[in-house]
Amino acid sequence: MNQTTHGALSFRCLTTVWILLLVLTGITVGVSHLDLGAINIWAALGIATLKASLVVFYFMHLKHEPRLLVICLFITLLTLATFIGLTFFDVLYR
Amino acid sequence: MTTQRDAFGARLGMWLFLFSELLLFGGLFLLYAVYLARYPSDFAAGGQQLDTLLGTGNTLLLITSSLTVALALSALQQGRRQLCQMLLCVTILASLLFLTIKGIEWQAKFGHGLFPGGAELETLPAGQQIFFSLYFVTTGLHGLHVLIGAALLLWTLGLTRKGQVSAENPIMLENSALYWHLVDLIWIFIFPLYYLLL
Repeated sequence: MNQTTHGALSFRCLTTVWILLLVLTGITVGVSHLDLGAINIWAALGIATLKASLVVFYFMHLKHEPRLLVICLFITLLTLATFIGLTFFDVLYR
Repeated sequence: MTTQRDAFGARLGMWLFLFSELLLFGGLFLLYAVYLARYPSDFAAGGQQLDTLLGTGNTLLLITSSLTVALALSALQQGRRQLCQMLLCVTILASLLFLTIKGIEWQAKFGHGLFPGGAELETLPAGQQIFFSLYFVTTGLHGLHVLIGAALLLWTLGLTRKGQVSAENPIMLENSALYWHLVDLIWIFIFPLYYLLL
């Protein structure tokens, strides 16, 4: 719990994450040219979430932070999901 | 007199602020989702007018600058100050390039009378007006974050040169890097939603 500093991530690890992010960007641009109907939206959001997780856990060091921060992040996302869910519950069934 | 520092406490404070930023942009994404559901064809017509190439270029820029700032922190922690400063310079240059591309993009839209309150925009159907308003508010707020992030990194660069930010005391770089990653994180969602899906 009481980590004051976390060790430096290696250049190799960070560069690997960067390459993965570039590949995922390529995939999301490629998929957007295909007409898959509703799957397009879920593919784009899924890939964006994957990219965001890479940034959060590696670039932002969340992987090596105390569990507390991860829990806080999930509470934030849960709050946001609740807002979005409840809003759609309203606007879709008016 | 010795100064007490709480590096984890400083990062926790930064993360809590970033969570509030997530909710701020989350509200804009919620508006996007609701109006996309209501005006799907208007949103498609609006989205097709955005330049995917410039959007993709900006995505690559932000991802790469996110890497260079993460590398800068690692370099500082390993005691390689020169390299750290060089990587910070690259990050700041990338942020300026991002804003330049964003400026070119907005310029083209302004040239077509597409800006909030613009004559051309007012003649468009309601859904397209909402699309462009959301586009300008979201990318504008994000652009403001890019500007603030670049200023923070410039300040951090100065402190690093003076030795006030160092391997023993990296808090300022840690937190401005976290802020810069958030800017990247939000763009990761703006890019597919505005430039690719429609």
